[in-house]
Amino acid sequence: MPFSPEALQAIWLTAKLAALTTVLLLIIATPLAWWLARTGSRWRAPVTALVTLPLVLPPSVLGFYLLVAMGPNGPLGQLTQALGWGVLSFTFTGLLIGSIVFSLPFAVQPLQHAFEAMGTRPMEVAATLRASPLDAFFTVALPQAGPGLLTAAILSFAHTVGEFGVVLMIGGNIPGVTRVVSTQIYGHVEAMEYTQAHWLAGGMLVFSFVVLLALALLRRSHARVLP
Amino acid sequence: MIKRCLSVLVGLVSAVGVQAGEVSVAVAANFTAPMQRIAAQFEADTGHKAVLSFGATGKFYAQIKNGAPFDVLLAADDETPARLEKDGQGGSRTTYAIGKLVLWSKQPGLVDDRGEVLKAARFERLALADPKLAPYGAAAVEAVTRLGVLDALRPKLVQGENIAQTYQFVATGNAQLGFVALSQVWADGKLKEGSAWLVPGSLYSPIRQDAILLNKGKDNPAAAALLQYLRGAKVAGIIRAYGYDL
Repeated sequence: MPFSPEALQAIWLTAKLAALTTVLLLIIATPLAWWLARTGSRWRAPVTALVTLPLVLPPSVLGFYLLVAMGPNGPLGQLTQALGWGVLSFTFTGLLIGSIVFSLPFAVQPLQHAFEAMGTRPMEVAATLRASPLDAFFTVALPQAGPGLLTAAILSFAHTVGEFGVVLMIGGNIPGVTRVVSTQIYGHVEAMEYTQAHWLAGGMLVFSFVVLLALALLRRSHARVLP
Repeated sequence: MIKRCLSVLVGLVSAVGVQAGEVSVAVAANFTAPMQRIAAQFEADTGHKAVLSFGATGKFYAQIKNGAPFDVLLAADDETPARLEKDGQGGSRTTYAIGKLVLWSKQPGLVDDRGEVLKAARFERLALADPKLAPYGAAAVEAVTRLGVLDALRPKLVQGENIAQTYQFVATGNAQLGFVALSQVWADGKLKEGSAWLVPGSLYSPIRQDAILLNKGKDNPAAAALLQYLRGAKVAGIIRAYGYDL
């Protein structure tokens, strides 16, 4: 058995984190991307910049700010304590929040591009057919943005699996709670357990390649459908 | 143009080579603060410049084995230098400091001076360094095991990748208390802030911190000078002021 029980635990935890992050991100990113694609508001530029920030900032910056913000004296920590949730650093929920922030641009951008490419016509047509805006959004816009939605989901999932710096800084390396595959590999390398590190690292490499291959194939088949 | 660049380069290299040497040093995270002071003093006294990298000893081991360009390693333990010597990566090992473990909280009054706080366990999170990677983490586990509270504490433990990260968890209040190196919370003979319990030496094996001259530094006069300088009386004073034994 190449994978130890700890490794399997880390793999399961990583999959759970990535899946939950993806679901929550799509819920958050869809309205945000819709608004960004269609608004003429002067807030569009600053919000775009804000959403894109995690793409540019080093994970150490995000991790550091999250650690301080989630701490008992930070704004997020004060809020969660007031709500009776306690402090979220070193918890799975804390990691989930970190992952959502970290992968936000990977969910918003493909969706936004899909909505922009669609233009305003489909929604206008739907409106003339007396569809309510919400109805039209779910029956016309969202299906048309399908490939964008799928790309957003795949990228969010893969990017969360590949997350390292943020987890290292706010996780606390607790088995089954915050010790994901990437930090587990790091631990193995530092402890000179190269065999275990190789198995997990190799698995990660194969997984990432398969995801990107799937994405590329998906884009190609989608391009063929388009005129 | 290229010629001019080259001659400038040669000039620079020879200027460095003549007297003021440079030594690159991998330093265990717990020794960060004293080493910064020692390096400044070293440069003032000898003209040699010590370029410092701080991190986990285990990480440095992997990097050195894979060709990292360090002249000297100041490890957090004595095992890693011994293993490096066995691997043929260097020699002339010496103990430069003996580390002390402290249970520390940023909150004044949380940690009592007998460590009773560990038994009462009125806290959410206790931070320690990963015992697999960091000698201070291993010492912490040894101490709580001997106190018989390891199993009770286990659900509250969070691990830093090295002792610097462990300190960061406690300093930001994300963990109410944690086992850190005395050198991190001690300066000029007193506790910098918060409350602390100096863990008795009888509860854990001594943390002997060894230095080793690596192959790359063998012919570097600045590396030899640094190792000699570390054994001097002036440095002994600095090391003691940060709460290490010698």
